[in-house]
Amino acid sequence: MGDLSSLSSSLLYAAFFIYLTATFFFAGTIRDNSRKKTSLAGNIAITVTIIGFLTQLGYFFTRWAAAGHAPVSNLFEFTTFFGMMLVFAFIVMYFIYKINVLGLIALPIALLIIAFASMFPREISPLVPSLQSHWLYIHVTTAALGQAILSISFVAGLIFLIRQIDQTKKTKQTFWLEFVIFMVATTLAFIIISSTFSAFNYEAAFEAPVEGQPTEMTYEMPAVAGPYDGELLTEDAMTPLIQAPEWMRGVDAAIKFNTLIWSFFGGLVLYGLLRLLLRKRVGSALQPLLKKANPEIIDEVGYRAVAIGFPVFTLGALIFAMIWAQQAWDRFWGWDPKEVWALITFFFYAAYLHLRLSRGWQGTKSAWLAVGGFAIIMFNLLAVNLIISGLHSYA
Amino acid sequence: MNEIKCECGHVNPEGTVLCESCGKPVADNQHLNGNDDQKLLNMRYDGSARRSQTYNRTIIDKVWNFFSSVKVGVTLIVITLIASAVGTIFPQEMYIPPGSNAATHYENQYGLAGQIYYQLGFHNLFTSWWYMVLLAMIGISIVIASLDRFIPLYKTLKTQKPKRHDKFLKKQRIFGTTESTEVNMELLKNNLKKHRFKVKEEDGSILAEKNRFSRWGPYVNHIGLIIFLLGSLLRFVPAMYIDEFIWVREGETKVINGTDGEYYIRNDEFLLENYDENDERFQEAIQRNGQPVPKTYQTNATIFKRTDDVVVGADPELEEIKQAEARVNHPIKFDNFTLYQASYQQNEFRDMTFELHDMDDEDTTYGEFTVDLSDPDSEYELDNGYRVVLDSYFPEYELNDGEPVSKSKYPKNPAFVFNVYPPDESEPEVSFAGIGANVDGSGENDHKVNLVDFDVRDVTGLTIRKDYTLPFIALGGAIFMIGVIQGMYWNHRRIWIKPKEDGVWIAGHTNKNWVALKREIEKVTKDTGVSSPADQQELKG
Repeated sequence: MGDLSSLSSSLLYAAFFIYLTATFFFAGTIRDNSRKKTSLAGNIAITVTIIGFLTQLGYFFTRWAAAGHAPVSNLFEFTTFFGMMLVFAFIVMYFIYKINVLGLIALPIALLIIAFASMFPREISPLVPSLQSHWLYIHVTTAALGQAILSISFVAGLIFLIRQIDQTKKTKQTFWLEFVIFMVATTLAFIIISSTFSAFNYEAAFEAPVEGQPTEMTYEMPAVAGPYDGELLTEDAMTPLIQAPEWMRGVDAAIKFNTLIWSFFGGLVLYGLLRLLLRKRVGSALQPLLKKANPEIIDEVGYRAVAIGFPVFTLGALIFAMIWAQQAWDRFWGWDPKEVWALITFFFYAAYLHLRLSRGWQGTKSAWLAVGGFAIIMFNLLAVNLIISGLHSYA
Repeated sequence: MNEIKCECGHVNPEGTVLCESCGKPVADNQHLNGNDDQKLLNMRYDGSARRSQTYNRTIIDKVWNFFSSVKVGVTLIVITLIASAVGTIFPQEMYIPPGSNAATHYENQYGLAGQIYYQLGFHNLFTSWWYMVLLAMIGISIVIASLDRFIPLYKTLKTQKPKRHDKFLKKQRIFGTTESTEVNMELLKNNLKKHRFKVKEEDGSILAEKNRFSRWGPYVNHIGLIIFLLGSLLRFVPAMYIDEFIWVREGETKVINGTDGEYYIRNDEFLLENYDENDERFQEAIQRNGQPVPKTYQTNATIFKRTDDVVVGADPELEEIKQAEARVNHPIKFDNFTLYQASYQQNEFRDMTFELHDMDDEDTTYGEFTVDLSDPDSEYELDNGYRVVLDSYFPEYELNDGEPVSKSKYPKNPAFVFNVYPPDESEPEVSFAGIGANVDGSGENDHKVNLVDFDVRDVTGLTIRKDYTLPFIALGGAIFMIGVIQGMYWNHRRIWIKPKEDGVWIAGHTNKNWVALKREIEKVTKDTGVSSPADQQELKG
């Protein structure tokens, strides 16, 4: 058993680096000036991507064998799977439209998601009774696949916006595009900071009241914001600069707040450094790289992704979810936050489709909607599990 | 009705934008689709006569036009979306700890924001009247918008003829002219057929069409949604839906709520199994969790059916109909009822055994008695003429302002006041006995009532459901999926070819994925002598 699960972890590491390599090959296609549809760099890049995908499938099935259940049962496993489905959706889209630049954006996002996933506890966890059902595999995998295909429309939207937004002057659009890039930097900062401190085994224990009871809590990053009314127990750990506000109750609230502060400032530093180096907006620096992309085809890819992803998402995240909920919790719908956010995602893309089909929202408007949709998907994945808890927060 | 006769001879209904037959723009109606002479034709709904665009006089017209608007529909969706998001900021009332008072809970837990949330009614958002109204309006909008578009579109696509008006062709997004006398029409037709187009001809003009059924997708999925919404409304019809709950102790036989006294259940055993902490696979995760991780909740139950007529007070005659296990994800089913393992309580006291002895000598004994906690006797006779009268019983004892009270009727922390009558005494000694408590009522008692033994049992909590609305919900969901796949995974494509004196004209239209249509036209026109048409609308971004 132990061997299988360590093999599984190695395969995931390998997949990560293979995706990274593929990204560089996709970057290589930018300089390729040949007018042919397929290029050598592009062929290598997609082949490497497929090898990476197969390696990650290897991770998935070896972990399944080790755990005795499909590895989609906690935040680490689900987020990793979501990253894998994103790569899969990209591969499918690549073969429909043969656009290299799609890989240049899709793979780094998948990489970020997989790296982000591994910041959560990675050990194999047992299944609580409500999860012991075949619907776990069916519902979770289909929902993740649907979200991943919908995310491809975000990838296309991002390419469209970077290529098309007028960068000669400062506008609302350039601001929000920079904001999206800043969010990516923040995610990256979180991953770097989090893995650095965990490499050094940093720990700072506090004692603070939780619902009146003195409770011990352990920070894994230096506490910029200590718990409200907390007392530092660990010697030579940094004393908090500020206290988390009183309304942040719960054992982990102050810790999460602290992590958020670290990520935010880390993101600011990363983004600030980029701006210093580039001496212009990041979007403006990226624009020339995407010159080759045909905006009309990119727009269609974005729409196609929604057209394919919307039914898959509905089936997995709403219909299968309802069937399972009926079986496990005696009602098919219970207004649990995760359910509500799946419904919000459904409403959002339904609005996207109506606006596009009937009101002609194409191009820039459509691209911004795709960005908004991805924000909702990420919110449902993370915020609902970490901040708004409900029946679904297993991790 | 002011019918419009086109120059091709076809008579169109009032409000038509493009002739149903030849596609010629109807001069007076171009504003309806926002067409102007300089631009391409707006091909929405093929320029058919929609009621909402034609009439706007009576109040019915106005209501119809309001609900048929996509702008209104999307606005309703967006409002519902935002409202739903607000509803997840704090837990809904049904998810706050049982027994807590919503009026104070939100304020205590979340401060001012919580209080505002409560006072605006967001704690019960999803059952609030205005949320229902939003959903109902979306439902109405779906019906009206679909009827407004489907009927005229269906008629138009049925009426269309292969021979199209020049103006129609020229103003298509995909349009090209070929000046050549060597166009291989036979090859072109064959290519079209190979690409699974249905080819129709009229005076040499060709209409190649495929996947028209994909245009009906939106209307099919809207029908599905309506069935789904109506299905959820059926819940409010009493006989359609039963939702009950029952606690059953181990060994107890109880009538099942919601079955009109027809069915009984006996809890034979309740099982709670945790994961083995030493299981190599899960060791780390269980340690992180800090407490045991449950593996199974299970009730072994026997279901009975009452065979005699239901008479209040009479003991029922029961016939066993099945033995079954209710586990999470594996409910018990019988006669349209479903029993779900929903809750449990472990180690509820079943009975307690007391011993009576001298106050200062535990070795003496005047006998034992056992109190059945679900049905205590009022008096217990002991050896040697001793008598114990049960004065008060507190199933879940606690002190409230110095007074003993019971928090609930469930024996979670039982305590008793006993009146002990030694032989030939008429004045009792008052004793208070409970778990870890033994109080001498007067301070002058000669005897002591001492707890020597107890039995515990588990209680299982089961939800009882009967739901005749499920088939409607499932049907609605299935139709929705069929419709959405039909509409999204196929594209309605049309290619028109019209012979001219000096060559041919070609035009193309699709409801989505234009790049793919252009590629397909490339393929079907290959080697036929027809030159590639141009895309007359480049994306402006």
